[in-house]
Amino acid sequence: MTNQSDSDLGLGRVFWMTLKRDLLLSYRRRNDLVSPLVFFLMVATLFPLGVSPEPKFLSEVAAGVVWVAALLSTLLSMDSLFRTDFDDGSLEQMLLSPQPLALLVFAKICAHWMISGLPLTIMSPLLGVMLFLPNEGMGPLIITLLIGTPTLSLIGAIGAGLTVGLRKGGVLITLLVLPLYIPVLIFGTGAVQAASSGLPIAGYLAILGAILALGIVLAPIAVAASLRISVSS
Amino acid sequence: MSTPLLEARGLFCERDERILFDGLNFSLNAGEVLQVEGPNGSGKTTLLRLLSGLSQAFEGELFWKGEPISNVRDDFLQSLLYFGHLPGVKATLTPEENLRWYAALHPETDSIQERILEALSNVGLYGYEDVPCHSLSAGQNRRVSLARLYLSHAPLWILDEPFTAIDKKGVAAKEALIEAHGLKGGSVILTTHHELSIKNLRQIHLGAVAAPELREVHSD
Repeated sequence: MTNQSDSDLGLGRVFWMTLKRDLLLSYRRRNDLVSPLVFFLMVATLFPLGVSPEPKFLSEVAAGVVWVAALLSTLLSMDSLFRTDFDDGSLEQMLLSPQPLALLVFAKICAHWMISGLPLTIMSPLLGVMLFLPNEGMGPLIITLLIGTPTLSLIGAIGAGLTVGLRKGGVLITLLVLPLYIPVLIFGTGAVQAASSGLPIAGYLAILGAILALGIVLAPIAVAASLRISVSS
Repeated sequence: MSTPLLEARGLFCERDERILFDGLNFSLNAGEVLQVEGPNGSGKTTLLRLLSGLSQAFEGELFWKGEPISNVRDDFLQSLLYFGHLPGVKATLTPEENLRWYAALHPETDSIQERILEALSNVGLYGYEDVPCHSLSAGQNRRVSLARLYLSHAPLWILDEPFTAIDKKGVAAKEALIEAHGLKGGSVILTTHHELSIKNLRQIHLGAVAAPELREVHSD
């Protein structure tokens, strides 16, 4: 570990090993993966039953419903991000490893997105069709979710890191994270609605992309700091 | 005299308005085994957690090879193996997968297949490499974590109750391992309620609240 390229390779390896481990862990507990997805599907199914099955009304609210369902479903899965690692002592070992904690955290968040945000994004066209989303809105819905859901995972991880030391962190994480989710929601649904009425969406996407870029750079550092606080107390 | 590996000066720690230790000084040289002793609740785990850097809730100074520990954090973490109350073993992974991930995090750990299998057979888990840890017993789970001792080249071991849930034969093997680590020039800080038969063992006694003074006893 003396020369630079060696340690760069080491960092890549650590990232890859952590990502692989977290994906393997989720794969071994596949049942837990399904519940946020079922929740996502349920909201979209129940909404027309509860409000109105009129295609005209539904096509107006479709973008909002899909986005809100995706947001809540991500929030639902957030609490478990560091919970098991905290309970079995793996988190202590992560904190005491000479590897940069932010990198390990980033790998965990990537794994979380791959098993929550990505499937949601893939399922979203189905929900769009169920809710009579106009065809012009379909592409933007997928693109905004593709940019937006990683942001939701990154922001949610900060809340998860702060509340992992608490026995009942579930409600607190919602209070901490929800205000930070609102800009993502506004620009996400805004883009889809703009596209549905034939307006350009580049501006919305640029802002969503900027939030994502900011999240990728800053969130892992914030999560690392919050985990140190949670473990130290 | 050479600089000690790890040195603590004037450690003070308070928990729930109870003073656990005050003005605690000690140093650990290369090749020494230090046992932290004291009744339940006397702050042994707290001391180990703050020595490892997991907890910052203390006053006083810690030095690693003569430098304040916050300045040489990376070097310190490279050299540290910490075994805590929680074994850090993932229930859904197999012992081998668990050790492999640990080795990825800690560059001072062997990650070659044969070495991992050898370490697992050393802790009596031969044939269990591919069994998910949730079907192992509590003692076996702790053995998975203890297998790290066979893989690690880290000079400083901080072990919190390493013998809990381990059978007599296992304890004897771990004791021999700790002694051998000391003879090779490594240092160990551990807490245990077992009577240790290690040569050149040093002990620190963490007293009850009423007796904040600490004695350092040398035994051999």
